[in-house]
Amino acid sequence: MATRLPGTDVVIVGLGAAGGVAALPLADAGLDVVGLEAGGRLTRRDFAPDELRNNMRGWPFSVQKCAQEVPTLRRSRSDTAVQGTGHPMMNAVGGTTLHYWAQSWRLNPWDFRVVSATTERYGSSRIPEGSTVEDWPFGYEELEPYYDRVEHEIGVSGQAGNVNGRPDPRGNPFEGARTREYPMPALRWTGFLDRMASSARSLGWQPFPGPAAINSRPYQGRSGCMYHGFCNRGGCHVDAKNSPAVTTIPRAEATGRLTVVTHAHVRRVETDNQGKVTGVTYVQGREEFFQPARFVLLASYTYENVRLLLMSKARAYPIGLSNNHAQVGRHYLSHHQGAGVTALFPSDLHAWYGLPAQGVAVDDWADDNFDHGALDFIGGGNLWVYSDRRPISAAGMNTFGLAPTWGSAWKAFVRDNADRTNSAYIQKTTLPYDSNYMDLDPIVTDPLGDPVVRITAEYKQNELAVADFLQDKMERWYREAGAIKVTRGGLGGQMGVSTHAYGGTRMGDNAETNVVNRYGLSHEVPNLGILGASVMGTSGARNPTLTAQALAWRTAAHLASNWRSIVE
Amino acid sequence: MADTKPQLISRRSLLRSAGAVGAAAAAGAKGSPAATASSHESQLTPTGEQTSENKQPRYIFEQLTADEAELLEAIADQLIPEDDLGPGAVAAGAVTYIDRALGGALSESRDAYHSGLAAFDRYCRSSRDAPFLELSHIDQVSVLIDVETGAATGASTGFTGSSASFFSMLRSHVLQGTFGDPFYGGNQNFVGWDLIRYPGVRTSVWPRLQTQLEAGELSPNHRSAYDSEYFEKAVVRTATKGTYHGD
Repeated sequence: MATRLPGTDVVIVGLGAAGGVAALPLADAGLDVVGLEAGGRLTRRDFAPDELRNNMRGWPFSVQKCAQEVPTLRRSRSDTAVQGTGHPMMNAVGGTTLHYWAQSWRLNPWDFRVVSATTERYGSSRIPEGSTVEDWPFGYEELEPYYDRVEHEIGVSGQAGNVNGRPDPRGNPFEGARTREYPMPALRWTGFLDRMASSARSLGWQPFPGPAAINSRPYQGRSGCMYHGFCNRGGCHVDAKNSPAVTTIPRAEATGRLTVVTHAHVRRVETDNQGKVTGVTYVQGREEFFQPARFVLLASYTYENVRLLLMSKARAYPIGLSNNHAQVGRHYLSHHQGAGVTALFPSDLHAWYGLPAQGVAVDDWADDNFDHGALDFIGGGNLWVYSDRRPISAAGMNTFGLAPTWGSAWKAFVRDNADRTNSAYIQKTTLPYDSNYMDLDPIVTDPLGDPVVRITAEYKQNELAVADFLQDKMERWYREAGAIKVTRGGLGGQMGVSTHAYGGTRMGDNAETNVVNRYGLSHEVPNLGILGASVMGTSGARNPTLTAQALAWRTAAHLASNWRSIVE
Repeated sequence: MADTKPQLISRRSLLRSAGAVGAAAAAGAKGSPAATASSHESQLTPTGEQTSENKQPRYIFEQLTADEAELLEAIADQLIPEDDLGPGAVAAGAVTYIDRALGGALSESRDAYHSGLAAFDRYCRSSRDAPFLELSHIDQVSVLIDVETGAATGASTGFTGSSASFFSMLRSHVLQGTFGDPFYGGNQNFVGWDLIRYPGVRTSVWPRLQTQLEAGELSPNHRSAYDSEYFEKAVVRTATKGTYHGD
């Protein structure tokens, strides 16, 4: 029997990128908040510069809750799903933001209105067949103040390209107008990044430094980045990576309104006979607790948000909470970020120190920034060249057919070339389709006996065409910079378990095709809200975290200022 | 595909003729440029006695048997040989690394090592009529090519799954043991990092230091992450297998 705890105003399930941000405006508004987090607390002393532990052994993901609930995967309904080999997310106060790359992009205006913009420019026939893509219920302008707020609350470094409509050639010419500069200048570049930027300009492209939730100088009493090279899958040893764990969560705790409960494994959202949620049941150690709350905010990442809803059946919600329109799990997509391009250069790139958020971006081939009239796809990709290298992976480099993979000739090759490769990260427009979705696996469970998520999804023709197009552009860029060899990854097939997983509880005005409304509140359950990329209906061509955080702040602010009408 | 450049003297035959003296003496006999590696190397000599110039206690294998360790060293010595460019996987302590890891983070691979090395040995005996340690350099290379390409797969060998997947696992662990942080028992005397010219683990890299690196003026600092007391030594009990973008 679960122990019933004292009630609270709001319970947040998951204190990661989204939940960790939402806690602050709620606490600031005087609401009592309980934050339930499946992981524990880590400090900067936990983040050793240790490639073997962090990158080879996957320390951030090991020995934790989500490692035990890895989704099963299949390409289509007729296939048998097989459980994935690992879960990329981290359970901890701060969640995956502890070890993420911290690229903190705003979506571009086109991403909010893919359907109407495509229809206006090319005709409605250009929306790929089978896609369930919709315009967002609002445009970029609506989210701009929340982007701005989060950028300043957590700290984002970058170079503005458009402040109040005034273009700045140092920044991204395609970004939506922002009301002010970034709170910090962009992270520094290396000689190689300077060279790549210069080569992009010779091609007539417009390179710029990308935005990062990493201090380029001391900010809010925390250190600037030390560029030590272990940021990728590593936490920051000087707290320069602006996770909610070192920004919004401690600030919310300082109000006295946020109580953080660690190692809390939430299993069900409970519902009364009127269809309102009453709180959540969680397991901590071997004990079960019921945390009553007047409002429940799910912020446990795309897979777990969907799983919790589908497992929380009730009389009012017989096929899952907030699922009477059978939309939970629909419109799933994992960002097409594979199909990379790797280059070999004839001299050292000096990339041993740096971080993946330190780099040069090109947006000329993203979104609808170029004419698609004669092309067979919509959307595009962001080209990202960054500085990131560690010794084991460097020694394990692709030999480009120039050397064997072991022996003395290999040894001579890696001695010369370990610091001469670069792999581009190309994030591409990925659309939702009717045949790509999540549900509960009929067979595979976690150790508590709860079913894991089953993902049925694959990249379609539009994604493959974008990938092919972008690889051409990237190869051209590397060649322009002097690369002597260039290789390409496969164009993509099945969608895997991803750090960029979107949909499943999509946001939109139409309750027939969306789970939450324009404020992130359930269309069906009066006191349930959902945070994270699971509410996003389009991916854009860039990392989702800042958008998920801006949406989380917006939902929390809406909830706080309409508290009485929503809850009473 | 693989390196077939013959060595004048097979390292293994040298080792064998040196008998119990072990890898350290062999390295010395070949005039290893990393003389310091030799004094460290007795730790990973699985069965040999200590040489007089070695004061450190030899490493005692805990997961691998003496025969398995000897075979694994011979394989590692082919994958990353000691040669004119300097020490290889054996001097780095890659097999020490693997043995230690099999007792912890790589414990799930223990059976794959026991059965894989046994299958490897069976394959050598059935296809080349001799154990790997007694084969010539060229024959050792050709066996490894068979294993790497999956050609050694088959009922007679007993590889569970493809021999290529065994090779791939072995190669990745030899790389970890040669180029990983010395804290884990490999990369002894930083021979792996020196080979690929990695300038070292640092906790702060100011612009001036990056400038020095780009000017070719930065010397390796030869430090382990855990030389600093600042960092907690978290242990991974079982490694995850997936590969993901890190963001």
